[in-house]
Amino acid sequence: MGFLINLLKRLAMPSAVATATGGAKPATDSASDSLGSWNVLSRIIRMAFGYPWLLAAGLVMILLASIFQLFIPLLIGDGVNTVEEVLTSQDADMDALRWSLVTIALGLLVSAVLRGVFTFGHMYISESVAQQIGYRLRMLYYEKLQRLSFAYHDRVHTGDLLTRGLLDIEGVRSFASRGLLRVVYLVVFVGTGTFLMMREDWQLALLSLSFVPFAAWRSIVARLQTSQGWRRYQEEMGRLTKIMDENLKGIRVVRSFSAEPYEMDKYDTSSNEAFRRAYRLVTVRATNLSLITLAFLGAMSLVLLFGGLKVLDENDPFSLGQLAQFLAFMSILQNPVRQLGMVVAGWAQGATSGKRLFEVLDEVPEIDDRPGAKDLVITDGILRFEHINFAYMDEFGDEQVLTDITFEARPGHTIGIVGPPGSGKSTLAHMVPRFYDPTAGRILIDGQDISEVTLASLRRAVGVVEQDTFLFTTSIDNNVAYGDPWAEHRSIESATSNAQMNEYIERLPGGYGTLVGERGVTLSGGQRQRLSIARSIMLHPQIIVFDDSTAAIDAATEQRIRAALQEVTADRATIIISHRLSSLMHANEILFLEGGRILERGSHAELLAQGGKYRDLYELQIRPEDSQDPMGSGV
Amino acid sequence: MAQTEAERGNQTADDQSRPRWVDGRRPTGDLDEEIFAAGFSGDVVRRFWGFVRPYRGVLIIGLIAVLIFAASTLALPWIVRTTVNDILASDEGGTSGSRTAMFWMVGAFAGAVILHVLMGYLQNLVVGRVAEHILIDLRRAMYEHLQRVSMSFMDKTEVGRMMSRLQGDVAALQEFLETAVVSVGDFVLLFGIVIAMLIMDWRLALLTFAVVSTLAIVRAVWLPIARRAFLYSRQTSSIVSGALAENINGVRVVQGMSREHVNLELFQEKTDEQLRAAKRAARIGLVMIALVDTLSGAAMAIIIVVGGSMVMNHSLEIGSMLAFILYVQLFFDPIRSITMHYAVFQRAMASGERIFEVLDVPVDIQDKEESEPLVDNDGSVEFKDVTFGYLEHEAILKNINFRVEPGETVALVGPTGSGKTSITSLLHRFYDIWEGEILIGGKAVRDIELSSLGDNIGMVLQEPYLFSSTIYENIRYNKIDATREEVVAAARAVGAHEFIMRLPNGYDTPLEQRGGNLSLGQRQLISFARAIVADTKILILDEATASIDSYTELLIQQALARLLEGRTGIVIAHRLATIRGADRIIVLQNGEIIETGNHDELIALGGLYARLYSMNYASFDDIPDDLIAEAVEYSRTAAS
Repeated sequence: MGFLINLLKRLAMPSAVATATGGAKPATDSASDSLGSWNVLSRIIRMAFGYPWLLAAGLVMILLASIFQLFIPLLIGDGVNTVEEVLTSQDADMDALRWSLVTIALGLLVSAVLRGVFTFGHMYISESVAQQIGYRLRMLYYEKLQRLSFAYHDRVHTGDLLTRGLLDIEGVRSFASRGLLRVVYLVVFVGTGTFLMMREDWQLALLSLSFVPFAAWRSIVARLQTSQGWRRYQEEMGRLTKIMDENLKGIRVVRSFSAEPYEMDKYDTSSNEAFRRAYRLVTVRATNLSLITLAFLGAMSLVLLFGGLKVLDENDPFSLGQLAQFLAFMSILQNPVRQLGMVVAGWAQGATSGKRLFEVLDEVPEIDDRPGAKDLVITDGILRFEHINFAYMDEFGDEQVLTDITFEARPGHTIGIVGPPGSGKSTLAHMVPRFYDPTAGRILIDGQDISEVTLASLRRAVGVVEQDTFLFTTSIDNNVAYGDPWAEHRSIESATSNAQMNEYIERLPGGYGTLVGERGVTLSGGQRQRLSIARSIMLHPQIIVFDDSTAAIDAATEQRIRAALQEVTADRATIIISHRLSSLMHANEILFLEGGRILERGSHAELLAQGGKYRDLYELQIRPEDSQDPMGSGV
Repeated sequence: MAQTEAERGNQTADDQSRPRWVDGRRPTGDLDEEIFAAGFSGDVVRRFWGFVRPYRGVLIIGLIAVLIFAASTLALPWIVRTTVNDILASDEGGTSGSRTAMFWMVGAFAGAVILHVLMGYLQNLVVGRVAEHILIDLRRAMYEHLQRVSMSFMDKTEVGRMMSRLQGDVAALQEFLETAVVSVGDFVLLFGIVIAMLIMDWRLALLTFAVVSTLAIVRAVWLPIARRAFLYSRQTSSIVSGALAENINGVRVVQGMSREHVNLELFQEKTDEQLRAAKRAARIGLVMIALVDTLSGAAMAIIIVVGGSMVMNHSLEIGSMLAFILYVQLFFDPIRSITMHYAVFQRAMASGERIFEVLDVPVDIQDKEESEPLVDNDGSVEFKDVTFGYLEHEAILKNINFRVEPGETVALVGPTGSGKTSITSLLHRFYDIWEGEILIGGKAVRDIELSSLGDNIGMVLQEPYLFSSTIYENIRYNKIDATREEVVAAARAVGAHEFIMRLPNGYDTPLEQRGGNLSLGQRQLISFARAIVADTKILILDEATASIDSYTELLIQQALARLLEGRTGIVIAHRLATIRGADRIIVLQNGEIIETGNHDELIALGGLYARLYSMNYASFDDIPDDLIAEAVEYSRTAAS
């Protein structure tokens, strides 16, 4: 068994390395220790034990299927013996022999049918249990991903999470389906088969079984090599796909640079590598298939030879029927032995996939309800930031993002936040609904520390309109009503009118039923942002944060949106983050952020009078052509 | 299906019992299309043959191997039969002569085994490799063709669809080739078994066929049901995948709107359906095992009873009875694989049609025999009475006349659809013009070798397009002889060097998909640097419209100036700053040049440009459509 463990470890290695460099770091080192191959497999097996009755039924069926399957060679042997008796002894009772022939045939038919039924039974049970496990993992995974905090999702690549959710759950499922009951079946079947053959003739039995160790070994090696080779092939195919996809999507760039030869080179390099890997796979498969067949048929030749000689030997009671039995035994033993490789590969797959899956499932959300957290109670709707600090922690160490941020947003008031890229504006916005927790300081809403209240109640009270608008693949109205899935059409319409989108939507052929998102109609950046605004104001949040969410909307439309929202936000606090000053000039207080600190604060007029960085920015934006002359050609 | 289109339609505000849902990505394949795939198409086979031809020699070897393999498979039971009949069950059993005969027989058996193994190896190797070769050839032919077909074809083509042709359809043809050769072996094997059985005893043979051939009928009924169940199961699982993907991508919205519970419920519905479908597919698939077992049991029972009685009556030899039993076991596999191959064949026909459709797209724009590379290009550009459109009878550009002097920067200005982009596309000869002439460096574009156009005209697209390789490779792009110093110098020139050096691996930092790890402004600077490295005399620049923060904006404006230094520039300009800085402004409307001149001249003219300028927007793209329409109207009435 030792070499198996090694093989499994070797197989698990590449993906472990990939995980470490791919950004999906396990929570702690101790967590990854607990996810050794055997621990992972035993965790999956424990999940299977959640279906004890099914497993028990499966085991019984395995036993029955094995027994009936082994009856078949026995009965064939009996049939041949019965027939031969007529030929060898002259005084045989023909009627009795005929009768026994019919019984044997009936037995054979019944055995075959029952073998089929029970094989169907245990394989179906295996598959059922495996599907149930896959189902449970899928639900757990989905649930967990929804709860893991933003910091986790920032750290771990979307594609990686998706692969785990699709391929790795599938890997665990296929292990459960082919690796659990199937092992028992192989052991029971080969064991009883060996026992029966040994009882007939132990020498010939050993000869018949001589191919098993070699075939099993080759089958395992082949499978492991194949799955590794296959993975390498897939990797290269992934690269090739990317090359083709990017070439076709960027065909204008390719052609304007006349880069077709360069692109063909790029393609050929990857394509030829994929070809080499595929070639190697073909060779591995062909070689091992042939080696196994050679071992099997070689053993059969020997059985034929020595069995034949024994039949010829007058002193040996070994009969022609027995020889037939041995030959039949061998042929039904062949397939299970060949399947051994599949089983072992399933284990290797189960161990790697399970590890990747449990890594995510074991992750503890960094931001969650405190035990005994109460719902947020809104009395006035005042938001206070008190000496907030925030630092990101990543592989390059800590990075201080916000330092000592203090401000207060009162109902009906607007706070404007402006500053150069990377000044921490978005981070600040994301702390209000607790997408991130501050490293120091408190955020209060109506005097309640937001880290002490339930997330659901907090996020109901706070609406953040994001910079990048994610639209789901569904109709427009379902997108707008995303946060309020039972909303009536009236309220959807009023939200979209406020966001100045109603007219556009109604002009679409499908109206509010038009599909948007990845496979839907293409909306411009401004239109998407307007939908996102509608989606947020649908929920009538007490505190609303616009995180640079009008950047792609033209100034005039933004003006109209603001006018429409004035009514809605009259008794609510608004925070506007923007790099366009015209969006926040009207704010009651403007904070100028740089390097995570508030550098200047005050109303627009006050800040202009101050003559600081805010004023510089104002000059830059309002009259760009006077402040510099980019073409250098003179005006 | 969990949610059909019809159900979706029913989901309105009055159905309050269920939440509004999100569909997730829809599966692409159509169920019926896959099941009722195309039938035999002589044309597809003939053209496919064109790709197979180069390997026909090897393929013939493979075919011979397949035939010998089948023959040796048949020989094994036959040798057992002869051994039993002539030696083991004969009257001279036990003599030394029969012992020697036994050795000879097993020797023959072993010989057949070696042949069987060798030919099996050869067959797998040859067929697998040839199929792999053809796959590569087909895909390369398609890909190369796509590099040359006209831009108007690419404009219409969805990349996702093309990718599925390059991969799925090509793989389907590969699979077809592999199975086609194997099928030949299967047919030969089946035929051989039938002959062998008929030779041994035609009555028992017919009886056995009667039982065994029901498998073919059973499978004919079962196969469509099973495939439907499997495809449906696949479809439900791709719906689940879509929902998962959507939730991962939109997880920030989900959490921000506290929709976790609703989503989990909706997801459960989908996974429930997937579980049901997967179990059903498993049931249907596994039933075949029980059926095959039953049939083989029945066949063996018949051989034992009928064959056994015949042996007792001395009308059949006992070895033949044994051979019958062995042959029956061989019967099922070929039947199974042949029925399966039919589906492969159908799929390949449909795929082949799609592949050859792509290969048949004509290459409209190509070099003529007398085409020459553009060598002494002074950098001037001239349009002479150019008329052009994408659709027949719908001219986008009408009688365009202008000349850009070497080193001059011209800004193209005008409302959306006025023809700015078309002008720049024509310079690269993405399309051929209907009338008139375009001259670059005094030479007509249609007489210039296509590959040399790229060396003379650079282009910076509105949306910077980067590839997922390192920053260094992106800046260098196809100028592989550019040194690292040149690349760094280019990055410095456009002011990208500082932020590049701040990245974890500097110039060797790999870009995520299309530069996702850079901001829009940074991507733009990289694409500027790429244009500097390409170092073309003429530069076409489509200025970005997306709003960029003022700080990056400043950097970009400066970079733009560096980029245009010493080059002829044609800029599709949106920002007033860019427009004002140009040597000359060409105002386009509805495919015609309506005003030209520098900023001051155009303001003095008081036409469309002056009108748009007076609206005081920082960028022409900020001006709402209705105001533009108004301005156009105004300038028209003012002109008349």
